[in-house]
Amino acid sequence: MKVIDASGMHYKDLNAMIKQLIKGNAAEILVKNVQGQRYIGDGIQGNSKIIIEGTPGNDMAAYMDGATIVVHGNAQDGVANTMNDGKVVIHGNTGDILGYAMRGGEVYIKGDVGYRVGIHMKEYLDKKPVIVIGGKAGAFLGEYMAGGIIILLGLNVDDTQKIVGNYCGTGMHGGVIYSRIPIDSYKLGKEVKQTQAEDGDMEIIGLYVKKFSDYFGFDYRSIMDSQFVKIYPYNHRPYGNLYAY
Amino acid sequence: MAISLLTPEFIIERNDARCIRCQVCVRQCANLAHIYDQEEDRVLADDSKCVNCHRCVTLCPTRAITIRKNPLEFKENASWTATAIREIYKQAETGGILLTGMGNDKPYPIYWDRMLINASQVTNPSIDPLREPMELKTFLGRKPEMLKVENGKLKEKLPPQLELEVPIMFSAMSFGSISFNACQALAMAASELGIMYNTGEGGLHKNLRKYGKNTIVQVASGRFGVDPEYLNAGAAIEIKIGQGAKPGIGGHLPGEKVTAQISQTRMIPLGSDAISPAPHHDIYSIEDLRQLIFSLKEATDYRKPVAVKIAAVHNVAAICSGIARAGADIIVIDGFRGGTGAAPLRIRDNVGIPIEFALAAVDTRLRQEGIRNQVSLVCAGGIRNSSDVIKAIALGADAVYIGQAALIAMGCHMCQKCYTGKCNWGIATQDPNLVKRLNPEIAARRLVNLIKAWAHEMKEMLGGMGINAIESLRGNRFMLRGIGLTSREL
Ligand code: SF4
Ligand code: SF4
Repeated sequence: MKVIDASGMHYKDLNAMIKQLIKGNAAEILVKNVQGQRYIGDGIQGNSKIIIEGTPGNDMAAYMDGATIVVHGNAQDGVANTMNDGKVVIHGNTGDILGYAMRGGEVYIKGDVGYRVGIHMKEYLDKKPVIVIGGKAGAFLGEYMAGGIIILLGLNVDDTQKIVGNYCGTGMHGGVIYSRIPIDSYKLGKEVKQTQAEDGDMEIIGLYVKKFSDYFGFDYRSIMDSQFVKIYPYNHRPYGNLYAY
Repeated sequence: MAISLLTPEFIIERNDARCIRCQVCVRQCANLAHIYDQEEDRVLADDSKCVNCHRCVTLCPTRAITIRKNPLEFKENASWTATAIREIYKQAETGGILLTGMGNDKPYPIYWDRMLINASQVTNPSIDPLREPMELKTFLGRKPEMLKVENGKLKEKLPPQLELEVPIMFSAMSFGSISFNACQALAMAASELGIMYNTGEGGLHKNLRKYGKNTIVQVASGRFGVDPEYLNAGAAIEIKIGQGAKPGIGGHLPGEKVTAQISQTRMIPLGSDAISPAPHHDIYSIEDLRQLIFSLKEATDYRKPVAVKIAAVHNVAAICSGIARAGADIIVIDGFRGGTGAAPLRIRDNVGIPIEFALAAVDTRLRQEGIRNQVSLVCAGGIRNSSDVIKAIALGADAVYIGQAALIAMGCHMCQKCYTGKCNWGIATQDPNLVKRLNPEIAARRLVNLIKAWAHEMKEMLGGMGINAIESLRGNRFMLRGIGLTSREL
């Protein structure tokens, strides 16, 4: 395993160093003392694993295409922005716009996430992005979502209505959000409906909750022992009748 | 629905004595305005369907067809013009937002036409470009404060630059808004001319990757088709914030246009709406813009200049100063006359400011702040000919983008119906039967001809001014005289 001590380093130098190691086929890179350096793992490809100790800055794993990043700590805004493939595992909370326009790969968050998470997520053929959130989410979760899967667990909420902010699924026209706790309808965008998750859905949820439980040491069975709901768009053409031709 | 109150905008006149009933017009019209009546052996017309795109007029072998504006008049009324009345009928019948295509067609002043270019007489010699070297080559990108030379070599690496043989590029037009053949023609022409074309926000078709050296890839709020391969495929990356035809309004490709190829290029499911809202929800400030610029630079190892495109709006000078400070290498300003594949009519016709003012204001501001060298300025929106280009450069642009002029070169007839997807010229359509009407080789040839002709004209104008390099004209407003302008406009 290669080790980098990031304390006091400029992000440009740090990222160049990480990319250099990846080019040299380093299987595992441990980056210690990360102090808010931005853009870690931007656009990287391949199968390396990067382990981060500390708090990475904005846009971590943006445009990432393969590779695994594990963060022991919290992450900031823009994690997995337009990510194409790979895996991100965060042992903490993250900020806003996590998974913006994400197109593939998987993101697991142990704690809470900020505003506008999973907006513009897209899927194409076998490429299906997945975000699993252990805690709660801010407003506009899944806004403009056009594909992919968001799983919201709310494991730490006592008042069930705190699981997500307002305008959940606004402008959504593809993909699906699963929630362990039903969401009050006033919190949902007018483009989406909420129904109970069916057997097929539970299979999908189980697949990712299994990995989630393994990463963070939760009890898989007790999480799955809930009646999940499913939030999905009425149609994939929300604005079809808006115009005069 | 009751009978429509809309009367035809155009009438189709057919000289029956000339018509040989070949039915070319019937087959050519995607709007189904021509009908062949077998019993009578006559070709009839449904005027209400005609959009005046001249496809039938051009292809009729006997020149039997003319299209005229419908002379039918409403009672004269300076306020309630025929257009105003017709628009209300249309909305009363559909309840929809009025859409349109191409640039603003309203009679706002065109300031290019109120500027004249200087020329040399006696005291400084003009130059004959046919016999003396004349330089149009332009580099776009951040220029360093100073050059440090050591042992005859540059000490520090220059920031990445785009090299253009002529300071004209083809502006962003996505695969989706225009056809594959049109994209291919632009790419082929750009690579032959040593200039750039721009993918727009619709991703890059894999068959066009080979033109990468001459491609600018665009990143908009919907991030369609954006992956590391895409970002690295072109010579530069352009962040689209706004567009002159619809400042503050996003893009929306309706699901019926998302064909198999488009869905593959944009990486979204077949038939699903492609929505690109006006705000990038990760950009609410100049600092956020900086973050996107640098995330793109990081993802491409600082090898490509990053451009930011905005619409010309009231506060454009201050905004551009912020964009320059955010780290953009190129700023693109798109004026209110810029084209579009589809925009709400009210926005297109009423929002924005003229590019001429915006450009002058931005260039002045960046000079005042001493940061003009940090960015290149590209001017877009309603550039019609080589003298517009010369005037834009004298006003401070490093280069211009042309969109509508390029489409016209390929055969567009400015019918402004691009949003219907039934472009009879094979440009703004995804219908395979219409797309194949546009031969990419021929269209590319026409584009190359156009730019070569403009380049010659620009050299003539430069020579006339006694200037032998476009560099010396840049921001040189002494070479322009305003006519009929108020002192404020000047
Ligand atoms: S194309 Fe001309 S000649 Fe042929 S049917 Fe139409 S009007 Fe007649
Ligand atoms: S591109 Fe086609 S539809 Fe659009 S204005 Fe030109 S001819 Fe008309």
